[in-house]
Amino acid sequence: MTKANKVEDIIIEEFVCEAPNNQVKKESFASNFKYLIVGTIFGIVFVKAEIISWFRIQEMFRLQSFHMYGVIGTAVVVGMISVQLIKRFNIKTLSGETVLIPNKTFNKGQIYGGLIFGLGWAITGACPGPLFAQIGSGFLAITVTFASAVAGTWLYGAFKNKLPH
Amino acid sequence: MIELIKQPWHWAVAGVMIGLTVPTLLLIGNKTFGISSSLRHICAACFPANISFFKYDWKKEIWNLFFVVGVLLGGIIGSQFLSNPNEFIVNENTVKDLKALGVSDFSSMMPADIFSVENIFTLKGLIFFVVGGLMVGFGTRYAGGCTSGHAIMGLSNLQLPSLIATISFMVGGFAMTHLIMPYIFKLF
Repeated sequence: MTKANKVEDIIIEEFVCEAPNNQVKKESFASNFKYLIVGTIFGIVFVKAEIISWFRIQEMFRLQSFHMYGVIGTAVVVGMISVQLIKRFNIKTLSGETVLIPNKTFNKGQIYGGLIFGLGWAITGACPGPLFAQIGSGFLAITVTFASAVAGTWLYGAFKNKLPH
Repeated sequence: MIELIKQPWHWAVAGVMIGLTVPTLLLIGNKTFGISSSLRHICAACFPANISFFKYDWKKEIWNLFFVVGVLLGGIIGSQFLSNPNEFIVNENTVKDLKALGVSDFSSMMPADIFSVENIFTLKGLIFFVVGGLMVGFGTRYAGGCTSGHAIMGLSNLQLPSLIATISFMVGGFAMTHLIMPYIFKLF
């Protein structure tokens, strides 16, 4: 039995990752460290622009500061221009592959799940990204929030088929 | 230079750097940006429990776990070596509103009244950490992404479902802040 067959065995439903790895070429374990570096820079930005602050999230939802709107708005504009340039000029990845960005399909989960996440975002002052940076910044109580977020993801997986989509 | 870096960064600087994460990940390895998927990979790796949603080759997506470990390291570096030497500033209207709710510590990025280790086994901890965390984890996966996967990556790729998700995030956040949070703070 080859390793590839074994992997196929464990996949029961068609796997759709929402943030997938679309690279065809196999990557070595060590090559993953480039994502660690990008993540580290990202984490520093989170701390230095105070995006991890519960107060910045409160200011946003109370419409009392432009800061978070500025951050997200600028990020979207820069991301949008980048993606359009990649598509327009068919810019290849470092390993020479065509960039693949899967389209998202609508389901009601985006509304129900989105509302639930929004409620949690205002309480915790964190989306999943800032959770990691908050823990790194020494707010150790957030390890409980993080563990609960993992549990929440697990509960979704367990009850997925009973939920409206 | 280091003194400048230690100041809080302007939203435009942060926005450009976060936006550039999208093409960076696409071009260095054909990776679609999204952070909440890391929580799913952790479930798949540690607690698959024979649930079909967690039966997949998570090792293929291990880049995402490296990325979030990086975010954690970035948190350490940013707060240990690049921390802002000046007073942390919160908008005065926000201070007024939160004081009225009972928040008294405005000295750092997270109010110690709520986000301290002492509160873990209290009602505050149950609501702000346990229930809040559950909603973040459950909601993001139900929605198929979070602020990074939908609001930034999805909107960058002009995806209507991501716009719907982002609007839902905001509606949920406004509802919690203005309609529910006043009642939560009455519990303490």
